Amino acid sequence: MFRSHVMVCGGTGCTSSGSQKIIDAFNAEIAAVGLHEEVKVIKTGCFGLCALGPIVVVYPEGSFYSMVKPEDVKEIVDEHLLKGRVVTRLLYDETVQGDTIKSLNDTEFYKHQMRVALRNCGRIDPDNIEEYIGYDGYAALGKVLTEMTPEQVCQTILDSGLRGRGGGGFPTGRKWQLAAVNKADQKYVACNADEGDPGAFMDRSILEGDPHAVIEAMAIAAYAIGATKGYVYIRAEYPIAVQRLQKAIDDAREYGLLGKDIFGTGFEYDMEIKLGAGAFVCGEETALMNSIEGHRGEPRPRPPYPAVKGLFGKPTILNNVETYANIPQIILNGADWFRTIGTEKSTGTKVFALGGKIKNTGLVEIPMGTTLRTVIEDIGGGIPNGKKFKAAQTGGPSGGCIPASLIDTPMDYDSLIALGSMMGSGGLIVMDEDTCMVDIAKFFLEFTVEESCGKCAPCRIGTKRLLELLDKITSGNGELEDLDRIEELARFIKENSACGLGQSAPNPVLSTLQHFRAEYEAHIVDKKCPAGVCKDLLTYRIIEDKCKGCTLCKRVCPVGAISGDVRNPHVIDPAKCIKCGACLNGCKFNAIVRE
Amino acid sequence: MKSLRELQAIRNKMKASVNTRDGAEGKMRILVGMATCGIAAGARPVLNAFTEELAAREITHAVVSQTGCIGICQYEPVVEIYEGDTKTTYVKMDAEKVARVVSEHVIGKKPVTEFTIGALKDAVAE
Repeated sequence: MFRSHVMVCGGTGCTSSGSQKIIDAFNAEIAAVGLHEEVKVIKTGCFGLCALGPIVVVYPEGSFYSMVKPEDVKEIVDEHLLKGRVVTRLLYDETVQGDTIKSLNDTEFYKHQMRVALRNCGRIDPDNIEEYIGYDGYAALGKVLTEMTPEQVCQTILDSGLRGRGGGGFPTGRKWQLAAVNKADQKYVACNADEGDPGAFMDRSILEGDPHAVIEAMAIAAYAIGATKGYVYIRAEYPIAVQRLQKAIDDAREYGLLGKDIFGTGFEYDMEIKLGAGAFVCGEETALMNSIEGHRGEPRPRPPYPAVKGLFGKPTILNNVETYANIPQIILNGADWFRTIGTEKSTGTKVFALGGKIKNTGLVEIPMGTTLRTVIEDIGGGIPNGKKFKAAQTGGPSGGCIPASLIDTPMDYDSLIALGSMMGSGGLIVMDEDTCMVDIAKFFLEFTVEESCGKCAPCRIGTKRLLELLDKITSGNGELEDLDRIEELARFIKENSACGLGQSAPNPVLSTLQHFRAEYEAHIVDKKCPAGVCKDLLTYRIIEDKCKGCTLCKRVCPVGAISGDVRNPHVIDPAKCIKCGACLNGCKFNAIVRE
Repeated sequence: MKSLRELQAIRNKMKASVNTRDGAEGKMRILVGMATCGIAAGARPVLNAFTEELAAREITHAVVSQTGCIGICQYEPVVEIYEGDTKTTYVKMDAEKVARVVSEHVIGKKPVTEFTIGALKDAVAE
C-alpha cells in the first residue's frame, strides 16, 4: 500500500512538454531515497490546465505543481515526499496565498467547473482497469444488466435530457429508442472519435484519461438497443489515445467485462478500434460508417438514418466520445440528478477546449448555461498582454463568432444557434482586437474547401467560390455588392449540400458578416483592415518628424524598399514594400506606422 | 467477470487505495510529524503502519498525511488526529501502537487515552 500518490499528467499536451522525463526522474529519485514502496508515481490523463504543463499533483495533500522541470523533481522528492514540506515555489501560483495553500477546487480555473465527463481525467491511471473500478467503474454496466430492461435504459437516458455532444445536439435517448425498436439479426454501436475541428481536443483527452468510461458506456448502449458489436472510429493522429483505448479494451476483455456472458447475465458484447486517416468529412456519421466498412469516406443520403440502416446495412447508433462519457454517471446517479445540472433544454455539462488569445488555455468542463464571460474572464483568466476581447469562435469550421457585446450569452445549444453559431464539438477560440474577422472567416473557409469530399457540387464548388469572394475583399478589390453575393451563395450552400459539412460550412462567414459587417465594409470601402492583418490593405510609412535617419530600417528591410541618407528622414517605396513589418519592429524611435 | 460480487471485491480493495486522492474534506485526518526530529525518532514506520492498517481494513473515512515539525521534538514520533475541530495528539508512537489507534480511535471513535500527550504529561507530573 502506498501512502502517497504522485500524479503526473500524461495527456498529449504535457507529454509534448516532457512529462515522461518527469515521470522517469520521479521514479529514479524516489528509488534513490528508498521511498519506492511508500510512494507511487502514476501517469494520468489531462488535468485541463494545459497552459501550465507539465502538471504534477501530489496526494494526499493535493499539492498542484505546475510547469515542473526534470531538475525540480529532486527537490519535490527530498522536501515534500521525504520531509512533508510542500515546495511552495513550484506550486500553481494561484494556490499560494501567503502562508496558506488554497485547494485546487477553490482556484478561479477550477471552481466554476463541474467535471462529469472528465471526472476521472487526472484522477486515475487510465492504463489500470482496477483504478477505474475503484471509482465505481463498470458499476453502471452491472446495474443495467442486472436491474434494468433495455427499455428502461433508453428511457433513463431520454429523461436525463442528454443531447449529442458532437455538435448536433440530438437527444441521445431518442436516438437509442429509434435503434432499439428496429428488429434485425445484427445491430451495432459506434463511437465517433474522429475529432477534426481545429483546436478541439476534448474527445482525445477523455480517451487518453478515462478510456474505460467509453467502453462501459458503449456496452450499456449495446444492451439498450440489442447490439453485440461496437466500433470506435478514431483518428490515427491520436497515438496516445489509440494505445490507451486498445489496452483498456484488452484489459476489459481479460476481466470478462467484454465478451460473452458478462456478469453471468448471458449478455454478449465486444468491440474494436477502426483508425481514421484524418479526413474531416469522416466525422459526419454516414461518411464515418462508409469508412469503417472500408469504403471511401463520403457521406450517403439520409434517410435511411443509421438507426434504421447504418453500419453494414444494420441498425446502428453513433455517439460522440463525450456523450458516452456521461452515460455511466447518468445510470448511477439517475436522470433527475443529471437534469439538475445545466439548463432546462441543455442538461448536464459541456467540455470546451479553450484556445487562442486567452491566459489559461486548456480543457474546461462547465454546466450548460454558464456565460461566455465566466469562461473567458474567470476560468480563462482573461486576455493576455492587456488586449481587449473581441470575439469567441465556437463550433470550429461549422460554427460562428460571438462578439464581445454578447459576452453574457449562456453557453447552451439553443442560445448559440440563435446567434448563428453552434456548440459544435466544443472548440472555443478566443480572439482579441488584433484579429481580423474577415481573415478568420477566410481561415475556416480555407479549411472546409480543403476538407470538402467533393461528392456534391454546392459544397465542392460553392465553398471555393465563397472563398474567392473573401479573397477579393481582403486583397482590396471588393465591392459592396459582394456582400450580397456572399449572403446569397452562403444560403444556397447551406440549403443544398448533401451533408453537415457543406450545410454548416458558410456559418463562419455568415456570423462574422452578421456581427462585424462594419469590418467587412472597411475592407471594401476604405480599403483598410482595421485590425491590421490583411497585408494587401496595409501600408507602412515613416513619419518624417520622428525619423532620426539612423539607417536601421534600411538595413533590416529584406527587399531594399527603404531609401534615405544618414541623419536624414528615410522613405519607404510602397511599390517594393512586401509589408513584412521588419522595419516597424526594428525602429527605436517609433517613427514607422502601419496604416 | 461472472458476478457483481467480483466487481464489488475489486472496488472495495481499490477504494482504500484511491482514497488518498479524494481529499480530506469531511474526513478524519491523521497527520504524522515528519520533520527531521520525527524521522529520526522513527516516524516513517509509523506513517507506513497507518497506511497499511487503513488499507487492510478498507477504511475510506480517514486519510493519512505527513506534516512538518509540531514543536514537541522530545515526544516524537508525534501523530495528530483531527476529526472536525477536535484534535487528539499521540506521542512516542510506534508501529505496534498504530493498530490499537486504528481499531479504537479511527474505527471505534474512542481515543486511546494512554498514548496521548495528556497521559504522558500526567505520568511525568507524578
